[in-house]
Amino acid sequence: MTPEGDLLHVVTRDDLSPARRALGRVLIWGSFALLVLVALAQALNAARVLDLGFANWRPTLYAYAFWGTCLCIGQVMLKGEQGKRLVFVLPAALFTVAMVVFPLIFGLTIAFTDWNLASLSGRRFNGLANVRQMWADPFYWNALRNMVWYTAAILVEYAIAFGLALLLNAEIRARRFFRVAFLLPLMLSPVAVSWMIGKSMMEIRFGPLARLARWLGWENPSFFGSPEMARFWIMVMDAWTFIPLMMIMLLAGLQAIPRELTEAARVDGAGPWKTFREVTFPLMLPVSVTAILIRIIFKLKLADIIINVTAGGPGGATDSVTSFIFREYRDRSNVGYGTLLAMVYLVLIVIFMTVLMKLAERWTRPRT
Amino acid sequence: MTDRPATQIFRDGEADLRHRARWWASRAAIYAVLILWAFVCLFPIYWTATTSFKAAPDVMQGNMIPYVDYQPKWLGWRSLGLSPDTIGAESTVRAEFLKRFTNSAVVAVSASALALVLGSLAAYGLSRFSYRFGPMRNADISFFFLSQLILPPVVLALPFLVLYRELALHDTRIGLILLYTLTVLPIVIWIMRDQFAGIPTELEEAALVDGLGVWGAFLTIILPIALPGMVAAFILSLVLTWNEYFFAALLTSTNAVTLPVMVASQTGSQGISWWSMAALSFAAILPLIVIGIVLERYIIKGMAAGAVK
Repeated sequence: MTPEGDLLHVVTRDDLSPARRALGRVLIWGSFALLVLVALAQALNAARVLDLGFANWRPTLYAYAFWGTCLCIGQVMLKGEQGKRLVFVLPAALFTVAMVVFPLIFGLTIAFTDWNLASLSGRRFNGLANVRQMWADPFYWNALRNMVWYTAAILVEYAIAFGLALLLNAEIRARRFFRVAFLLPLMLSPVAVSWMIGKSMMEIRFGPLARLARWLGWENPSFFGSPEMARFWIMVMDAWTFIPLMMIMLLAGLQAIPRELTEAARVDGAGPWKTFREVTFPLMLPVSVTAILIRIIFKLKLADIIINVTAGGPGGATDSVTSFIFREYRDRSNVGYGTLLAMVYLVLIVIFMTVLMKLAERWTRPRT
Repeated sequence: MTDRPATQIFRDGEADLRHRARWWASRAAIYAVLILWAFVCLFPIYWTATTSFKAAPDVMQGNMIPYVDYQPKWLGWRSLGLSPDTIGAESTVRAEFLKRFTNSAVVAVSASALALVLGSLAAYGLSRFSYRFGPMRNADISFFFLSQLILPPVVLALPFLVLYRELALHDTRIGLILLYTLTVLPIVIWIMRDQFAGIPTELEEAALVDGLGVWGAFLTIILPIALPGMVAAFILSLVLTWNEYFFAALLTSTNAVTLPVMVASQTGSQGISWWSMAALSFAAILPLIVIGIVLERYIIKGMAAGAVK
């Protein structure tokens, strides 16, 4: 990233006629006025002030898309070369704003209501009642605590992934076979994994894992009986699917280390363990931090496996925040409360990730 | 053979032997771990594939190896309408399965393609020009896009549920496509920014001297060079969108239901037989297993991008 100035210097003669610029301006503001008008008309329609016969809010969506297109064309007409550059980023920016910023603001307005889609009373502002309910909700706090456990499990996953990456980086035969085999779990849908492993291989009577457990001397293998056990097996299944992600990143990092460095260490008399600790591992630190951060991001979204294998049970012991809110909606259609819980979760994540990224930056900065 | 330096013909001195023993031991250990983990990775897939050919007694006896332990039967696939004897006949189950399969394919491919177009353009712009949107400069704009990765889907889920009802996008493929595009867009931008940063700007400069515009240079010179990276980003998006369950479960009910939702709803109902579940699960993961084996190079490339600077 260059902080200042363009990487690609383009000098073009922009002699834009006043008529062209005026047209561009008309295009942008005209379509914007249309968007405002449509949105206003729809709002009035929704508030039952005017009956304009709109069945849904789609006209506003179309008006937004139209405005977006006109904005891109208008930029080129208005600013010439500079406009053409803007058009690279504008579509993605407009799309993201429409799909993230707007729903987030909308979400904030419903987070403080008692909106239940199943009830007929519709949405009513109820102040901080949702916050108070959240404060007293043991299941939500339990889900948050579980997320801490699930996130902590990443350290073990990291160790395994690092080991596998080292093995794949060693001089082995059939490297491609092992790489493909190790990669495959990542390709499988978590829902299918929940059935394949959670529901059939761990089935108490006939599942091969249960048979193995019995053969090893565990009399009555119930994998999801006690809260600790259930949590552990959820972690294992999630680790199984996502270890390849970290492994591939670490492998790429290992392959980027120049051979001369490890060879030099060996020539200087360092054994394999010392070479790893003093040369490989410090060099891998930046990649490790990136891999762990990305893994944490994915972990914080964990839900599919929990929803499908235990549905949060036994007694909410395995719930992640996402799966808990999912059931809050599925079972009770409680949109207002669920949104508030999600918003609180978002705030916590943003704080957590910011701190983590600042720390990571400090750790990976080369010591001088 | 003859031009090899013949300094030491027999490597059986005491030091050599000790060294070789250790070397063999470490080899054996490495391969043992590799094979063990390969087994851990592959066994569930093997188990699902074989279970789809089992009948009730085979499941209960825990038979593992087809033709040795038990005789494979088409039971699971017949229940999906995909076995040799039912493939010609009408089958409502197969029709439903194919409908879900098409939904998944259409949604995953369109969302990945849309994300690829939007993301590549943005990544190229950010890697070549400097922008100012109010107080935001390039680094801030990049961060704005990438920070979407941190956003947990659950935050958007309920607002979208309500918004989509108002917009009549609930239970439509379009709605899912838009949402999935959003979820994979930061990943595409991340990978592509890395790709474009690796392409020297002299290429475009030469093209510009030859009279092409900025867009002309991008489309005719840069895109072909960045194609492998784009394939990597596309495949990775495809994997993520094909497997997505959370949004699909919330935002679809009948028409736009995708394959993971179908699998999940079948799992939920008790009494469904293992062989048909196994057949369904295997059919759902098969496309990605094929992609994983054939395009492994691109997937690894996509995931490695950005990890190594």
